[in-house]
Amino acid sequence: MITAEHTSINKVQYFNGLNEKEQDTQDTMPAFTPTTSSLVTESNVMTQETVGKPFVKSPRMTCREVNVWYDDKQAIMDVNIDIGKNQVLAMIGPSGCGKSTFLRCLNRMNDTVPICRVDGEIILDGLDIYDKKIDVVPLRAKVGMVFQKPNPFPKSIYDNIAYGPKIHGLVNNQTELDEVVEYSLTKAGLWDEVKDRLDQPGTGLSGGQQQRLCIARAIAVRPEIILMDEPCSALDPIATATVEDLIDELREQYTIVIVTHNMQQAARVSQRTAYFHLGKLIEVGITDQLFTNPSHQLTEDYITGRFG
Amino acid sequence: MYIRTQMGHQDKKTTTKASATERVQLGLAKRRRKEERFRKLSFAAVLLSIGFLVLLFASIISNGWPAFQRTDILLDVHFDQKVLDVNSLVNANYGKLVKQAMRDVFPEVTSRRDKRELYRLVSSGASYELQKMVTADPTLIGKTVSLWLPADDLTDMLMKGKIDRSLPEAERPISNKQIQWIDQLIAQKRLKKNFNTTFFQAGDSREPELSGIKGALTGSLFTLLVTLVLSFPVAVAAAIYLEEFAPKNKWTDLVEVNINNLAAVPSIVFGLLGLAVFLNFFGMPRSSPLVGGMVLSLMTLPTIIIASRASLKAVPPSIREAALGVGASKMQTVFHHVIPLAMPGMMTGTIIGLSQALGETAPLLMIGMVAFIVDVPGSVTDPATVLPVQIFLWADSPERAFVERTSAAILVLLMFLISMNGVAIYLRRKFERRW
Ligand SMILES: Nc1ncnc2c1ncn2[C@@H]1O[C@H](COP(=O)(O)OP(=O)(O)OP(=O)(O)O)[C@@H](O)[C@H]1O
Ligand SMILES: [Mg+2]
Repeated sequence: MITAEHTSINKVQYFNGLNEKEQDTQDTMPAFTPTTSSLVTESNVMTQETVGKPFVKSPRMTCREVNVWYDDKQAIMDVNIDIGKNQVLAMIGPSGCGKSTFLRCLNRMNDTVPICRVDGEIILDGLDIYDKKIDVVPLRAKVGMVFQKPNPFPKSIYDNIAYGPKIHGLVNNQTELDEVVEYSLTKAGLWDEVKDRLDQPGTGLSGGQQQRLCIARAIAVRPEIILMDEPCSALDPIATATVEDLIDELREQYTIVIVTHNMQQAARVSQRTAYFHLGKLIEVGITDQLFTNPSHQLTEDYITGRFG
Repeated sequence: MYIRTQMGHQDKKTTTKASATERVQLGLAKRRRKEERFRKLSFAAVLLSIGFLVLLFASIISNGWPAFQRTDILLDVHFDQKVLDVNSLVNANYGKLVKQAMRDVFPEVTSRRDKRELYRLVSSGASYELQKMVTADPTLIGKTVSLWLPADDLTDMLMKGKIDRSLPEAERPISNKQIQWIDQLIAQKRLKKNFNTTFFQAGDSREPELSGIKGALTGSLFTLLVTLVLSFPVAVAAAIYLEEFAPKNKWTDLVEVNINNLAAVPSIVFGLLGLAVFLNFFGMPRSSPLVGGMVLSLMTLPTIIIASRASLKAVPPSIREAALGVGASKMQTVFHHVIPLAMPGMMTGTIIGLSQALGETAPLLMIGMVAFIVDVPGSVTDPATVLPVQIFLWADSPERAFVERTSAAILVLLMFLISMNGVAIYLRRKFERRW
């Protein structure tokens, strides 16, 4: 599949990248050169550090030494990663590897799970979001979320979108609110389909429409970062294409983190991709590079469909 | 041994050889028969319960229906100036006027004994009615007016055919002479069955024809109102706190276990508690709907809490996540999204609790709501009784006429229940329409 020439070029870039930026991972780097990585055992996985380029020059969010436990079961181990500004970061990995868990750390949605404990640093705008002084309400207004299963409120389409702006006091009057609703629905590519029935229940829409409604609802609060957990898993190819176009368009203004099981999708929409395995962040890289020339055996196994 | 196992083995093999569809076909007839039998049995069960229900209603309605009618007697009452002293109209001897009017109808009755028997055909309530009329309109004094006045319950029973004329006189509550007079009155068209307004306008009375359900109905209404006002907010708040806000630890577990146990406590225990705490310790008014409502609230609280928690649990977590995800606070999430969705369930729980409370007698006996109370209560602190207690009291009374009133009171109780459920259904619809 991958030509030798191609591989070598990527390898050079990969090393250069490390030399420039990362001292930590450089130490462990030799262990991951393609020649020695053909046999990575489970115990190896536990001790290894992330390969690739987990850090970027101007990050929007920086995550350091993030560990997550459910009771005494550890779901995320020592994850270090930057989320680049106005970029789409895709998170891939086999089921149960902790993608959703990590995603939900980024806007503290895990707070709703009583047994879940998070430690480490996740810094947004110079502040650790897990700091005691941080209020989750403005945080979640800044870091919006779209869930795997469409979950519109059992209210009208209009109210679904208007709810966020209303509770945050983002609008002063009805006309402004109408504008926000129209803007958000247009952005989500749903306006033309629903403009004549805004007063009908959001739950009466089709699955794909509901998911776009949820995206519009997230946009309506004007977040700076949008987290999407498998937003297209319930959608048909046409709706998926709409959502992907939307993600591409949103990238100009927003920073997006998307979890997906669909590698073509990750390749299509993201600039960077992170591969998780059993709670560890195995590899992060420029999407094209990661898919064409993965540095880690596990990543390669996963993207070539050997497991996962 | 060996051979047998081998044969068993072979057996299995041959049966597995038959295709799956064939094997399904084999069992199919049996399965169908089973299903048919089950269907018929369940249908029979439904029929049986409907049959019992119809029987119950038929008997209550046929027993209670006559109570909605009362026999009145037409008398020409002369408001005699000699009897009615303008200065003390309230205390005047109105009975005298009624007796005079009766004597006017039957001038031939002269002996004291006969007269006394004759007077017994009219209700003692007749004189109260005259008193009311005169105090309201003193210009009546000196005039003679034809009036429909309540007949005695025995007259009423005879009119309704509830007293067997063929019985020997000694075994009848009514004498031969009285029957004769009643027949004369009927012939003169002086006896008539009218709609029994008294039944809906009066409180309890020793005289069946003067007794009414209004006292107990108002008492029930007040009691339930107190119960609703106390238990609904408290129970819903408790349910919301326990379900949405409380940390999950051994204390909340303990509270949960206790609430579940409270729901199973016999209601009379709550009555004892009410007696000891509300009456004896706090000195609250005995027999009042206020205390009754408080005791019944204790009883309904666990019911409503359990139902409310169940309906809160049934709200999909994805709705909560959606709200939290757009930055709603915990409070906003609960009040804007969770409670509206859980409301119908909470109201169902409340109605179940209140229906239980409506039919409850035992705890109310403990706090004195079983007393004989003539006045219709005007507030929650007035002494009162409630419908089931009234039914119990009437069922216990020896007079024949109270039998039909008992059934009529049951009908009123059922009507109350049905209208309460009707309101609940209406409210549920209204809340559910908000998706
Ligand atoms: N609420 C929870 N309580 C306990 N354990 C949980 C909870 N949620 C997730 N886990 C555990 O944490 C690990 C990571 O789960 P997570 O949902 O993050 O996986 P995922 O990568 O999103 O998987 P998928 O691709 O199937 O969605 C799993 O082993 C899971 O069992
Ligand atoms: Mg997931």
